[in-house]
Amino acid sequence: MMRLLTSIFLGAALMAVPAVAQNTPLRIEITEGVIEPLPFAAPDFVPDTPAAAQYATQIARVVAADLTGTGLFREVPANAYISQVTSFDAPVQFADWKAINAQALVTGGVSVSGNTLTVRFRIWDVFSDTELGNGLQFTGTVDGWRRMAHKVADQVYSRITGEGGYFDSRVVFVSESGPKDERRKRLAIMDYDGANVQYLTDSSAIVLAPRFSPAGDRVLYTSYESGVPRIYVLDVGAVQRNVLPTQEGTMSFAPRFSPDGRSVVYSLARGGNTDLYLMDINSGQSRQLTNAPSIETAPSFSPDGSQIVFESDRSGTPQLYIMPTTGGEPRKISSGKGRYGTPVWSPRGDLIAFTKQSQGRFHIGVMRTDGSEERLLTASFLDEGPTWAPNGRVIMFTRESQGAEGRATLYSVDISGRNLRPVRTPDGASDPAWSPLQK
Amino acid sequence: MKRSSKLAALGLVLAVAACTNNSPFAAGGGSGGAGGVDGSVLPGSPSDPRSPAYFQQAVGDRVLFQVDQSTLTDAAKATLQGQADWLMQNPDYNARIEGHADEQGTREYNLALGARRANAAREYLISRGVAGSRITTVSYGKERPIEICSQEACYAKNRRAVTVLVANVTG
Repeated sequence: MMRLLTSIFLGAALMAVPAVAQNTPLRIEITEGVIEPLPFAAPDFVPDTPAAAQYATQIARVVAADLTGTGLFREVPANAYISQVTSFDAPVQFADWKAINAQALVTGGVSVSGNTLTVRFRIWDVFSDTELGNGLQFTGTVDGWRRMAHKVADQVYSRITGEGGYFDSRVVFVSESGPKDERRKRLAIMDYDGANVQYLTDSSAIVLAPRFSPAGDRVLYTSYESGVPRIYVLDVGAVQRNVLPTQEGTMSFAPRFSPDGRSVVYSLARGGNTDLYLMDINSGQSRQLTNAPSIETAPSFSPDGSQIVFESDRSGTPQLYIMPTTGGEPRKISSGKGRYGTPVWSPRGDLIAFTKQSQGRFHIGVMRTDGSEERLLTASFLDEGPTWAPNGRVIMFTRESQGAEGRATLYSVDISGRNLRPVRTPDGASDPAWSPLQK
Repeated sequence: MKRSSKLAALGLVLAVAACTNNSPFAAGGGSGGAGGVDGSVLPGSPSDPRSPAYFQQAVGDRVLFQVDQSTLTDAAKATLQGQADWLMQNPDYNARIEGHADEQGTREYNLALGARRANAAREYLISRGVAGSRITTVSYGKERPIEICSQEACYAKNRRAVTVLVANVTG
């Protein structure tokens, strides 16, 4: 147990604390100080019936992909195995797994009965010859096998890192096709890893920046369906949408739900000036939150709903500000050189992710809520629009490449700046929004 | 946007031609259409000062902006003066001003910036005598670039406010 715990503690400590605490923004190179990932084995789960065989293999593969995708784990390949797991209930041959240096082992069994699939699994701490926590089982429909695999992986991740998981989650985004000057956009939703893509709108009107409700059942987005930008709310299950009340001659955009799901904070442009408003969804009544000749946009609530972080150019360039939801004077939190935008409060409440533009490059970064300890996690021609994984440890964002052949792609990166990787989507993709963990 | 603007303009041109009584096709009297060759300006062509094509090409349908700015340059003011004159002489058309930004900026900020630019053009037209009720605005932010080279030469053309003519159905 000692050895495994040591690795876990080390990993968690490095993720939680910035490499160097200093006042000037620190750029972290992902090539520096990579954590040695924890080796694990996830042999094919054991099918109880012939009908379960394909799922038993596929579920183990999804579990392994989830874990290795974090950059914190490394899978020991099956061709290195000394013994095979042929029965879920048989004793584990710890020596065989120690010999190939698999520090963690995930074993499972799968049964299928009609349309019902049951997954049982156990997590083993190989070097202490013990089970890590208790075995669990999940039951669902056969179609939902990937979700059950993600739930297993969430348990493994959570027990080994001490952090909440994030694999059983979805991402709503804008699917893009066509060249930059004739781009077609439509809303789409998928599993966090890019599987199970479904389209929620057609591409007859420009759609932008979808955002999940706190329960994950509704999505706010901006559409040009009426000719001008307006905010729509879409029921994900029914794929039904409604426009939110608006005033003639105005444009509304950049909506986000409050943590209780009852209000929407958004930008409204009237006569060329953009301010923040707060709408009660049930009554449709809006209250003006800011009243300045500058641009106020990209608002995001703190997890307790008491504060709103947003972007404003009242100082001359776009910077980040925080104000109480009840109103009051905003205070500036960004202090580095450059332009700051699209702030998003972490679900843990500790950090704010943002887009930064500096010296012709774009960055995704994080800072504490008082603006201190700014860290830039990425750099490219155009990175923008961060969204948080449900556990506040990983950020997904849009990266657009340069020039006539430029294309938008989703990427994810962890909050230490490590493990930058593309998220596979069928077409171009932008404006991701991560759902809460599914129930 | 370029292409759809042109298509929209073409639609307007056809609509105008269809309801004009003194069309050369009618005036020529012949059934073969040979009477069209009489040297007069074809309504709707760019050289017809009352045509949307003339507005687009001779008057100039767009003004450009500096990086992050919505201030009108002298060149922009001159173009807008021409637009104001044209609109006051052609009450059959209203205007929709589309504000745009280059791709250097976040989506949300650029939407707000495009709104500022469209409004700056609208306010100028109003100051030169066009009724505010005839001019609507919309911002496309960075969603509809016309040039895509990702260099300043292209960005400069994308930071624009384009005045699109809309047939005035009540006028």
